[in-house]
Amino acid sequence: MTLKAAEVKAGDSRSQVVADSLTRTQIVQYAGASGDYNPLHTDEPFARDVAGYPGVFAHGMLTMGMTARVLTDWAGDSRLLTFGVRFTAQVWPGDTLTTTATIREVTEHDGAPVALIDVVTTNQDGTPVITGTATARLDP
Amino acid sequence: MSVERFPVEAGHVLTFARAIGDDNPVYWDPDSAAASEAGGLIAPPTFTIASAQWDPDYPLRPKPGVPWWGSGARASGEPVPTGGGALHAEQHFTYHRPVRVGDVLSAAARPGDTWEKTGRSGKLIFREQVTEYRDAAGELVVTARSVSVLRQPLEGSA
Repeated sequence: MTLKAAEVKAGDSRSQVVADSLTRTQIVQYAGASGDYNPLHTDEPFARDVAGYPGVFAHGMLTMGMTARVLTDWAGDSRLLTFGVRFTAQVWPGDTLTTTATIREVTEHDGAPVALIDVVTTNQDGTPVITGTATARLDP
Repeated sequence: MSVERFPVEAGHVLTFARAIGDDNPVYWDPDSAAASEAGGLIAPPTFTIASAQWDPDYPLRPKPGVPWWGSGARASGEPVPTGGGALHAEQHFTYHRPVRVGDVLSAAARPGDTWEKTGRSGKLIFREQVTEYRDAAGELVVTARSVSVLRQPLEGSA
């Protein structure tokens, strides 16, 4: 789908569950697809006994990838101009993540309408794990 | 990381989209993608990170004959290489055009700023890297900026 500038306004928002009790298997799946096999994400004895974490945790980029889906589902495929995030908390197996995207303003870029979107993904405790912004091209 | 040749292949995009839980057919169904606004198979917005697969020296991948610091029957005791303990603090993408299946991209990385913060638990060292992904014609496709953070315990603390 695509969005028309006249159909959206500042404050419009949508939320979506992007991970429902995240599994270790999905973290391993992401390691294989992305090529990032850091044992912190894939190797429980290493993460726990050597690195001193409670266990393995998700790649930040897995959470960013899951978060991006909410933007592309809303704004349309190939509509993003920018997408940037800060990783604010770790994501653990069993976490349920919800992404909320909110239009901050509808503006213009090179004479074409663009939405500036705030995005946050929170875990089941309401703690943000990712915060960021995106810009997406709109139809006039 | 710099990569001379990063071919964007259909199977790789499919497995990446599956890994992030995105079943949008624009990432795997050629017919549906051809009929969509994208006009053909494209890659998800964070896909360029997977150029690591095409970096022969990428440190976070086990290699034949090279000691690995992960565990077998138990943790190997191999030292963690520089950067192996770093965490991802920020990631930013600027999209100049969609990444398409069939593209052969290159990735040129350059270091950006480095800065430090000192907190209660020690020193945090932030390192920025900017990577430009270009197509075979040399046109910019994606610019990526990443910030990693490495925690260095205060001297004398555990």
